[in-house]
Amino acid sequence: MNISLVSYGLGNLGSVVNMGKRAGAKVTLVSTPDEVLASERVILPGVGAFDEGMDRLQSRGLVEALREFAASGRPLLGICLGMQLLLDGSEEGTSPGLGLVPGNSVRFSESAGVRVPHMGWNTVEPTRADPLVEGLPDDSRFYFVHSYRVVPNREEDQLATTNYGGPFASMIRADNVVGAQFHPEKSHAFGMTILKNFAAA
Amino acid sequence: MSGFPRVIPVLLVSDGYLVKPVRFKGEHYIGDPINAVRIFNEKQVDELFICDIDATVKKTGVNYTLIEEIASEAFMPVGYGGGVASAAEARRITGIGIEKVVLGTAALTNPEAISEVAFALGSSSTVVSVDARRRLTGGWDTAVERGRRKTGMTPVEAARRAQELGAGEVLLSSIDRESTFSGFDLPLIEAVSQAVTVPVVALGGASGYDDFRPALDAGASAVAAGSMFVLNGKHRAVLISYPTPSQVRALSRP
Repeated sequence: MNISLVSYGLGNLGSVVNMGKRAGAKVTLVSTPDEVLASERVILPGVGAFDEGMDRLQSRGLVEALREFAASGRPLLGICLGMQLLLDGSEEGTSPGLGLVPGNSVRFSESAGVRVPHMGWNTVEPTRADPLVEGLPDDSRFYFVHSYRVVPNREEDQLATTNYGGPFASMIRADNVVGAQFHPEKSHAFGMTILKNFAAA
Repeated sequence: MSGFPRVIPVLLVSDGYLVKPVRFKGEHYIGDPINAVRIFNEKQVDELFICDIDATVKKTGVNYTLIEEIASEAFMPVGYGGGVASAAEARRITGIGIEKVVLGTAALTNPEAISEVAFALGSSSTVVSVDARRRLTGGWDTAVERGRRKTGMTPVEAARRAQELGAGEVLLSSIDRESTFSGFDLPLIEAVSQAVTVPVVALGGASGYDDFRPALDAGASAVAAGSMFVLNGKHRAVLISYPTPSQVRALSRP
Protein backbone atom coordinates (compact mmCIF):
# COMPACT_ATOMS: atom_id res chain seq x y z
CA MET A 1 0.00 0.00 0.00
CA ASN A 2 2.39 2.70 -1.21
CA ILE A 3 1.00 6.07 -2.12
CA SER A 4 3.03 8.88 -3.64
CA LEU A 5 1.74 12.33 -2.85
CA VAL A 6 2.77 15.05 -5.28
CA SER A 7 4.37 17.92 -3.42
CA TYR A 8 4.33 21.00 -5.61
CA GLY A 9 3.73 23.75 -3.11
CA LEU A 10 -0.06 23.61 -3.23
CA GLY A 11 -2.45 21.72 -1.06
CA ASN A 12 -2.83 20.23 2.31
CA LEU A 13 -0.20 17.51 2.25
CA GLY A 14 -0.16 17.10 6.02
CA SER A 15 -3.80 16.00 6.12
CA VAL A 16 -3.39 13.42 3.38
CA VAL A 17 -0.25 12.06 5.03
CA ASN A 18 -2.00 11.88 8.41
CA MET A 19 -5.01 10.03 7.06
CA GLY A 20 -2.88 7.80 4.82
CA LYS A 21 -0.96 6.70 7.91
CA ARG A 22 -4.19 6.06 9.80
CA ALA A 23 -5.43 4.03 6.82
CA GLY A 24 -2.31 1.88 7.00
CA ALA A 25 -0.70 3.12 3.79
CA LYS A 26 2.84 4.29 3.33
CA VAL A 27 2.69 7.84 2.02
CA THR A 28 5.77 9.33 0.37
CA LEU A 29 6.06 12.90 -0.85
CA VAL A 30 7.27 13.13 -4.45
CA SER A 31 8.31 16.29 -6.23
CA THR A 32 10.43 15.30 -9.24
CA PRO A 33 9.47 13.65 -12.55
CA ASP A 34 11.61 10.59 -11.74
CA GLU A 35 9.91 10.13 -8.38
CA VAL A 36 6.47 10.39 -9.97
CA LEU A 37 7.36 7.89 -12.66
CA ALA A 38 8.74 5.43 -10.10
CA SER A 39 5.49 5.50 -8.08
CA GLU A 40 2.97 2.68 -7.65
CA ARG A 41 0.05 5.08 -7.33
CA VAL A 42 -0.10 8.83 -7.18
CA ILE A 43 -2.31 11.34 -5.43
CA LEU A 44 -2.33 14.86 -6.86
CA PRO A 45 -3.66 17.14 -4.12
CA GLY A 46 -4.25 20.84 -4.54
CA VAL A 47 -5.92 23.84 -3.04
CA GLY A 48 -5.80 27.20 -4.74
CA ALA A 49 -5.97 28.71 -8.19
CA PHE A 50 -5.90 26.69 -11.42
CA ASP A 51 -3.13 28.58 -13.23
CA GLU A 52 -0.91 28.64 -10.18
CA GLY A 53 -1.34 24.88 -9.90
CA MET A 54 -0.40 24.27 -13.54
CA ASP A 55 2.51 26.74 -13.34
CA ARG A 56 3.90 24.91 -10.34
CA LEU A 57 3.57 21.52 -12.02
CA GLN A 58 5.14 22.91 -15.20
CA SER A 59 8.11 24.52 -13.48
CA ARG A 60 8.93 21.20 -11.78
CA GLY A 61 8.64 19.21 -15.00
CA LEU A 62 5.67 17.35 -13.54
CA VAL A 63 3.13 17.98 -16.32
CA GLU A 64 4.82 15.55 -18.69
CA ALA A 65 5.66 13.15 -15.86
CA LEU A 66 2.03 12.96 -14.72
CA ARG A 67 0.85 12.42 -18.31
CA GLU A 68 3.38 9.64 -18.77
CA PHE A 69 2.46 8.12 -15.40
CA ALA A 70 -1.24 8.15 -16.31
CA ALA A 71 -0.51 6.62 -19.72
CA SER A 72 1.24 3.72 -17.98
CA GLY A 73 -2.10 2.65 -16.51
CA ARG A 74 -1.15 3.08 -12.86
CA PRO A 75 -3.73 4.66 -10.52
CA LEU A 76 -3.79 8.46 -10.30
CA LEU A 77 -6.17 10.29 -7.94
CA GLY A 78 -6.70 14.04 -8.10
CA ILE A 79 -8.20 15.72 -5.05
CA CYS A 80 -10.03 19.06 -5.18
CA LEU A 81 -7.95 21.39 -7.41
CA GLY A 82 -5.85 18.30 -8.20
CA MET A 83 -8.97 16.79 -9.79
CA GLN A 84 -9.68 19.94 -11.79
CA LEU A 85 -6.09 19.91 -13.12
CA LEU A 86 -6.78 16.47 -14.67
CA LEU A 87 -9.11 18.06 -17.22
CA ASP A 88 -8.37 20.24 -20.26
CA GLY A 89 -8.76 23.62 -18.63
CA SER A 90 -10.81 25.84 -16.38
CA GLU A 91 -12.82 29.03 -16.49
CA GLU A 92 -10.68 30.11 -13.55
CA GLY A 93 -7.55 30.52 -15.67
CA THR A 94 -5.99 30.39 -19.10
CA SER A 95 -3.45 27.59 -18.68
CA PRO A 96 -4.18 24.27 -20.31
CA GLY A 97 -4.76 21.45 -17.82
CA LEU A 98 -3.22 17.97 -17.85
CA GLY A 99 -5.77 16.85 -20.43
CA LEU A 100 -6.18 13.36 -18.94
CA VAL A 101 -9.96 13.60 -18.74
CA PRO A 102 -11.74 15.53 -21.50
CA GLY A 103 -13.67 18.48 -20.11
CA ASN A 104 -13.35 21.76 -18.25
CA SER A 105 -14.14 23.40 -14.93
CA VAL A 106 -16.74 26.13 -14.62
CA ARG A 107 -17.67 28.42 -11.75
CA PHE A 108 -20.78 27.83 -9.68
CA SER A 109 -23.37 30.51 -10.30
CA GLU A 110 -24.41 32.31 -7.17
CA SER A 111 -28.13 32.29 -6.44
CA ALA A 112 -30.47 32.19 -3.49
CA GLY A 113 -29.19 29.55 -1.09
CA VAL A 114 -26.12 28.89 -3.24
CA ARG A 115 -23.14 30.74 -1.85
CA VAL A 116 -19.78 30.41 -3.53
CA PRO A 117 -17.51 28.71 -2.53
CA HIS A 118 -19.47 25.53 -1.92
CA MET A 119 -18.04 24.90 1.51
CA GLY A 120 -19.17 22.16 3.83
CA TRP A 121 -20.48 18.62 3.96
CA ASN A 122 -22.58 17.12 1.27
CA THR A 123 -23.63 13.73 0.01
CA VAL A 124 -22.07 11.94 -2.93
CA GLU A 125 -24.20 9.66 -5.10
CA PRO A 126 -22.17 7.17 -7.13
CA THR A 127 -23.60 6.80 -10.64
CA ARG A 128 -22.34 3.22 -10.89
CA ALA A 129 -20.50 0.55 -8.95
CA ASP A 130 -16.77 1.19 -8.78
CA PRO A 131 -13.95 -0.14 -6.60
CA LEU A 132 -13.22 3.42 -5.41
CA VAL A 133 -16.66 3.84 -3.81
CA GLU A 134 -17.03 0.29 -2.55
CA GLY A 135 -18.15 -0.12 1.05
CA LEU A 136 -19.44 3.42 1.52
CA PRO A 137 -22.41 3.53 3.89
CA ASP A 138 -25.64 5.12 2.66
CA ASP A 139 -25.30 8.13 4.92
CA SER A 140 -21.79 8.96 3.69
CA ARG A 141 -20.93 12.62 3.64
CA PHE A 142 -17.87 14.43 2.43
CA TYR A 143 -16.23 17.78 2.95
CA PHE A 144 -16.16 20.16 0.00
CA VAL A 145 -14.45 23.52 -0.49
CA HIS A 146 -14.52 24.81 -4.05
CA SER A 147 -15.83 27.55 -6.31
CA TYR A 148 -15.43 25.67 -9.60
CA ARG A 149 -16.90 22.33 -10.61
CA VAL A 150 -15.73 19.93 -13.29
CA VAL A 151 -17.79 19.20 -16.37
CA PRO A 152 -16.46 16.09 -18.11
CA ASN A 153 -17.27 15.94 -21.83
CA ARG A 154 -18.17 12.27 -21.67
CA GLU A 155 -21.00 11.34 -19.38
CA GLU A 156 -19.37 7.99 -18.63
CA ASP A 157 -16.42 9.77 -16.98
CA GLN A 158 -18.72 10.95 -14.22
CA LEU A 159 -18.45 8.55 -11.29
CA ALA A 160 -20.56 10.36 -8.69
CA THR A 161 -22.72 13.43 -8.42
CA THR A 162 -23.47 15.90 -5.68
CA ASN A 163 -26.23 18.45 -5.51
CA TYR A 164 -25.38 22.11 -5.00
CA GLY A 165 -27.83 24.35 -6.80
CA GLY A 166 -28.14 21.38 -9.19
CA PRO A 167 -26.16 18.18 -9.66
CA PHE A 168 -22.46 18.32 -10.54
CA ALA A 169 -19.71 15.72 -10.99
CA SER A 170 -18.13 15.21 -7.57
CA MET A 171 -16.10 12.18 -8.64
CA ILE A 172 -14.75 11.23 -12.05
CA ARG A 173 -13.02 8.26 -13.59
CA ALA A 174 -11.42 7.81 -16.99
CA ASP A 175 -9.81 4.35 -16.81
CA ASN A 176 -7.01 4.57 -14.22
CA VAL A 177 -7.40 8.32 -13.69
CA VAL A 178 -9.83 9.25 -10.91
CA GLY A 179 -10.77 12.44 -9.17
CA ALA A 180 -12.63 13.58 -6.09
CA GLN A 181 -13.81 17.15 -5.73
CA PHE A 182 -14.21 16.73 -1.97
CA HIS A 183 -11.46 16.15 0.56
CA PRO A 184 -11.39 12.46 1.54
CA GLU A 185 -8.56 13.26 3.98
CA LYS A 186 -10.96 15.52 5.88
CA SER A 187 -14.10 13.40 5.65
CA HIS A 188 -13.80 11.11 8.66
CA ALA A 189 -14.39 7.38 8.09
CA PHE A 190 -16.13 8.07 4.76
CA GLY A 191 -13.01 9.59 3.25
CA MET A 192 -10.87 6.91 4.85
CA THR A 193 -12.89 4.29 2.94
CA ILE A 194 -12.09 6.01 -0.34
CA LEU A 195 -8.40 6.39 0.46
CA LYS A 196 -8.23 2.71 1.49
CA ASN A 197 -9.96 1.70 -1.72
CA PHE A 198 -7.49 3.78 -3.73
CA ALA A 199 -4.54 2.37 -1.79
CA ALA A 200 -5.75 -1.14 -2.65
CA ALA A 201 -6.23 -0.34 -6.35
CA MET B 1 -30.98 20.01 -0.71
CA SER B 2 -27.83 22.06 -1.11
CA GLY B 3 -25.44 20.61 1.41
CA PHE B 4 -25.86 20.51 5.17
CA PRO B 5 -25.37 23.53 7.37
CA ARG B 6 -22.13 23.14 9.27
CA VAL B 7 -22.10 22.92 13.05
CA ILE B 8 -18.70 23.93 14.36
CA PRO B 9 -17.22 23.67 17.85
CA VAL B 10 -14.80 26.47 18.62
CA LEU B 11 -12.04 25.69 21.09
CA LEU B 12 -10.08 28.43 22.76
CA VAL B 13 -6.54 27.79 23.87
CA SER B 14 -4.43 29.75 26.32
CA ASP B 15 -0.89 28.74 27.29
CA GLY B 16 -1.54 25.38 25.64
CA TYR B 17 -4.65 24.68 27.71
CA LEU B 18 -8.26 24.61 26.67
CA VAL B 19 -10.08 27.50 28.32
CA LYS B 20 -13.54 29.05 28.27
CA PRO B 21 -13.86 32.76 28.84
CA VAL B 22 -17.19 34.54 29.30
CA ARG B 23 -17.87 37.63 27.15
CA PHE B 24 -14.19 37.54 26.11
CA LYS B 25 -13.01 37.75 29.75
CA GLY B 26 -11.53 35.26 32.20
CA GLU B 27 -9.99 31.92 31.36
CA HIS B 28 -11.91 29.13 33.06
CA TYR B 29 -9.72 26.03 32.63
CA ILE B 30 -11.34 23.18 30.71
CA GLY B 31 -8.61 20.66 29.96
CA ASP B 32 -6.25 19.35 27.35
CA PRO B 33 -7.00 20.59 23.83
CA ILE B 34 -5.66 17.46 22.12
CA ASN B 35 -7.95 15.25 24.16
CA ALA B 36 -10.88 17.47 23.18
CA VAL B 37 -9.89 17.26 19.51
CA ARG B 38 -9.75 13.47 19.80
CA ILE B 39 -13.25 13.33 21.30
CA PHE B 40 -14.66 15.71 18.68
CA ASN B 41 -13.03 13.58 15.99
CA GLU B 42 -14.73 10.45 17.36
CA LYS B 43 -18.02 12.33 17.34
CA GLN B 44 -17.35 13.06 13.65
CA VAL B 45 -17.85 16.79 13.96
CA ASP B 46 -18.35 18.77 10.76
CA GLU B 47 -15.45 21.06 11.39
CA LEU B 48 -13.45 22.50 14.24
CA PHE B 49 -12.03 25.93 14.93
CA ILE B 50 -9.18 26.36 17.37
CA CYS B 51 -8.11 29.80 18.44
CA ASP B 52 -5.10 30.60 20.56
CA ILE B 53 -6.31 33.65 22.44
CA ASP B 54 -2.87 34.56 23.84
CA ALA B 55 -0.93 34.52 20.64
CA THR B 56 -1.61 38.12 19.66
CA VAL B 57 -2.30 39.69 23.02
CA LYS B 58 0.70 38.15 24.78
CA LYS B 59 2.70 38.12 21.53
CA THR B 60 3.59 34.45 22.00
CA GLY B 61 3.34 33.79 18.27
CA VAL B 62 1.92 30.75 16.51
CA ASN B 63 2.14 27.50 18.49
CA TYR B 64 3.19 25.09 15.72
CA THR B 65 3.74 22.15 18.08
CA LEU B 66 0.12 22.33 19.19
CA ILE B 67 -1.02 22.65 15.58
CA GLU B 68 0.91 19.52 14.60
CA GLU B 69 -0.68 17.53 17.42
CA ILE B 70 -4.12 18.76 16.45
CA ALA B 71 -3.66 17.99 12.76
CA SER B 72 -2.65 14.38 13.39
CA GLU B 73 -5.85 13.75 15.39
CA ALA B 74 -8.38 15.68 13.33
CA PHE B 75 -9.86 13.97 10.29
CA MET B 76 -12.19 16.81 9.61
CA PRO B 77 -11.56 20.36 8.46
CA VAL B 78 -9.85 22.50 11.05
CA GLY B 79 -9.47 26.24 11.17
CA TYR B 80 -6.70 27.75 13.26
CA GLY B 81 -6.49 31.28 14.52
CA GLY B 82 -4.22 33.12 16.87
CA GLY B 83 -1.23 35.28 16.11
CA VAL B 84 -1.26 34.68 12.36
CA ALA B 85 -0.07 37.84 10.64
CA SER B 86 1.70 36.77 7.45
CA ALA B 87 1.35 34.54 4.41
CA ALA B 88 4.47 32.63 5.46
CA GLU B 89 2.91 31.69 8.80
CA ALA B 90 -0.36 30.79 7.09
CA ARG B 91 1.43 28.55 4.60
CA ARG B 92 3.30 26.77 7.37
CA ILE B 93 0.05 26.12 9.22
CA THR B 94 -1.76 24.70 6.20
CA GLY B 95 1.32 22.66 5.32
CA ILE B 96 0.98 20.87 8.65
CA GLY B 97 -2.53 19.77 7.77
CA ILE B 98 -4.85 22.58 8.81
CA GLU B 99 -7.42 23.66 6.21
CA LYS B 100 -8.17 27.19 7.20
CA VAL B 101 -6.34 30.04 8.76
CA VAL B 102 -8.30 32.56 10.79
CA LEU B 103 -7.03 36.12 10.74
CA GLY B 104 -8.22 38.24 13.63
CA THR B 105 -6.35 41.27 14.84
CA ALA B 106 -4.04 41.25 11.83
CA ALA B 107 -7.01 41.43 9.44
CA LEU B 108 -8.24 44.62 11.06
CA THR B 109 -4.97 46.38 11.82
CA ASN B 110 -3.12 45.35 8.66
CA PRO B 111 -5.76 44.52 6.02
CA GLU B 112 -3.11 43.72 3.39
CA ALA B 113 -2.50 40.57 5.43
CA ILE B 114 -5.88 39.31 4.19
CA SER B 115 -4.94 39.63 0.52
CA GLU B 116 -1.49 38.16 1.12
CA VAL B 117 -2.89 35.13 2.89
CA ALA B 118 -5.76 34.76 0.40
CA PHE B 119 -3.26 34.90 -2.46
CA ALA B 120 -1.07 32.27 -0.79
CA LEU B 121 -3.80 29.88 0.36
CA GLY B 122 -6.81 30.70 -1.79
CA SER B 123 -9.93 32.39 -0.51
CA SER B 124 -11.59 29.26 0.75
CA SER B 125 -8.80 28.73 3.27
CA THR B 126 -8.78 32.33 4.41
CA VAL B 127 -11.15 33.18 7.24
CA VAL B 128 -11.44 36.58 8.83
CA SER B 129 -12.87 36.78 12.30
CA VAL B 130 -15.01 39.77 13.16
CA ASP B 131 -15.67 40.30 16.87
CA ALA B 132 -18.71 42.49 17.39
CA ARG B 133 -19.82 44.33 20.51
CA ARG B 134 -23.17 46.06 20.78
CA ARG B 135 -23.09 49.83 21.10
CA LEU B 136 -25.30 51.41 23.72
CA THR B 137 -26.58 53.68 20.99
CA GLY B 138 -27.46 50.82 18.66
CA GLY B 139 -25.45 48.90 16.10
CA TRP B 140 -22.11 47.27 16.78
CA ASP B 141 -18.41 48.03 16.97
CA THR B 142 -15.75 45.68 15.71
CA ALA B 143 -13.08 45.04 18.32
CA VAL B 144 -9.64 43.44 18.17
CA GLU B 145 -7.16 41.99 20.66
CA ARG B 146 -9.79 39.88 22.40
CA GLY B 147 -12.25 42.75 22.55
CA ARG B 148 -9.81 45.15 24.16
CA ARG B 149 -9.58 47.66 21.37
CA LYS B 150 -12.18 49.24 19.08
CA THR B 151 -11.36 49.48 15.39
CA GLY B 152 -13.75 52.22 14.35
CA MET B 153 -15.37 49.86 11.87
CA THR B 154 -18.77 48.25 12.11
CA PRO B 155 -18.96 44.47 11.64
CA VAL B 156 -20.64 45.05 8.28
CA GLU B 157 -17.75 47.25 7.13
CA ALA B 158 -15.15 44.85 8.48
CA ALA B 159 -16.80 41.83 6.83
CA ARG B 160 -17.23 43.63 3.52
CA ARG B 161 -13.63 44.72 3.45
CA ALA B 162 -12.51 41.19 4.35
CA GLN B 163 -14.48 39.80 1.43
CA GLU B 164 -13.14 42.45 -0.96
CA LEU B 165 -9.59 41.59 0.04
CA GLY B 166 -10.11 37.90 -0.60
CA ALA B 167 -11.43 36.29 2.57
CA GLY B 168 -13.60 33.28 1.77
CA GLU B 169 -15.41 33.14 5.08
CA VAL B 170 -16.28 35.37 8.02
CA LEU B 171 -16.25 34.05 11.57
CA LEU B 172 -18.67 36.44 13.24
CA SER B 173 -18.54 36.49 17.04
CA SER B 174 -20.81 38.33 19.38
CA ILE B 175 -18.68 39.47 22.31
CA ASP B 176 -21.80 40.24 24.37
CA ARG B 177 -23.16 36.73 23.98
CA GLU B 178 -20.01 34.64 24.43
CA SER B 179 -20.61 31.83 26.89
CA THR B 180 -23.86 33.40 28.11
CA PHE B 181 -26.19 30.65 26.76
CA SER B 182 -28.59 33.42 25.76
CA GLY B 183 -28.96 32.64 22.06
CA PHE B 184 -27.28 34.13 19.00
CA ASP B 185 -27.34 37.86 18.23
CA LEU B 186 -29.69 37.40 15.29
CA PRO B 187 -29.81 41.02 14.04
CA LEU B 188 -26.00 41.00 13.93
CA ILE B 189 -25.98 37.79 11.90
CA GLU B 190 -28.60 39.18 9.57
CA ALA B 191 -26.78 42.48 9.01
CA VAL B 192 -23.43 40.84 8.21
CA SER B 193 -24.85 37.95 6.15
CA GLN B 194 -26.70 40.41 3.95
CA ALA B 195 -23.57 42.50 3.44
CA VAL B 196 -21.36 39.70 2.08
CA THR B 197 -21.75 36.76 -0.28
CA VAL B 198 -19.11 34.58 1.37
CA PRO B 199 -20.23 32.16 4.09
CA VAL B 200 -20.76 33.64 7.54
CA VAL B 201 -20.13 31.44 10.59
CA ALA B 202 -22.14 32.64 13.59
CA LEU B 203 -20.59 32.31 17.03
CA GLY B 204 -21.60 33.42 20.50
CA GLY B 205 -24.58 32.64 22.67
CA ALA B 206 -25.76 29.18 21.60
CA SER B 207 -27.42 27.30 24.44
CA GLY B 208 -28.88 24.33 22.60
CA TYR B 209 -29.60 22.84 19.20
CA ASP B 210 -32.79 24.89 19.02
CA ASP B 211 -30.71 28.05 18.69
CA PHE B 212 -29.16 26.89 15.41
CA ARG B 213 -32.17 27.16 13.10
CA PRO B 214 -32.84 30.84 13.84
CA ALA B 215 -29.18 31.71 13.21
CA LEU B 216 -29.27 29.89 9.89
CA ASP B 217 -32.54 31.59 9.01
CA ALA B 218 -30.89 34.92 9.81
CA GLY B 219 -28.40 34.16 7.04
CA ALA B 220 -25.53 32.27 8.65
CA SER B 221 -24.06 29.48 6.52
CA ALA B 222 -22.72 27.70 9.57
CA VAL B 223 -23.30 27.81 13.30
CA ALA B 224 -20.54 27.64 15.85
CA ALA B 225 -20.43 27.32 19.60
CA GLY B 226 -17.86 26.99 22.34
CA SER B 227 -19.42 26.60 25.76
CA MET B 228 -22.41 24.62 24.55
CA PHE B 229 -20.13 21.86 23.26
CA VAL B 230 -17.71 21.73 26.17
CA LEU B 231 -19.76 22.66 29.23
CA ASN B 232 -22.90 21.20 30.75
CA GLY B 233 -25.50 22.44 33.22
CA LYS B 234 -25.64 25.46 35.46
CA HIS B 235 -22.41 24.50 37.21
CA ARG B 236 -20.68 24.55 33.85
CA ALA B 237 -19.15 21.11 34.32
CA VAL B 238 -16.88 20.02 31.52
CA LEU B 239 -18.68 17.66 29.16
CA ILE B 240 -17.97 17.40 25.48
CA SER B 241 -21.07 16.96 23.35
CA TYR B 242 -22.08 17.27 19.72
CA PRO B 243 -25.29 16.62 17.76
CA THR B 244 -25.68 13.30 15.96
CA PRO B 245 -25.46 13.25 12.14
CA SER B 246 -29.25 13.04 11.91
CA GLN B 247 -29.62 16.06 14.21
CA VAL B 248 -27.26 18.00 11.94
CA ARG B 249 -29.15 16.86 8.85
CA ALA B 250 -32.40 17.98 10.38
CA LEU B 251 -31.05 21.54 10.16
CA SER B 252 -31.04 21.39 6.35
CA ARG B 253 -33.42 23.68 4.57
CA PRO B 254 -36.19 21.67 2.92
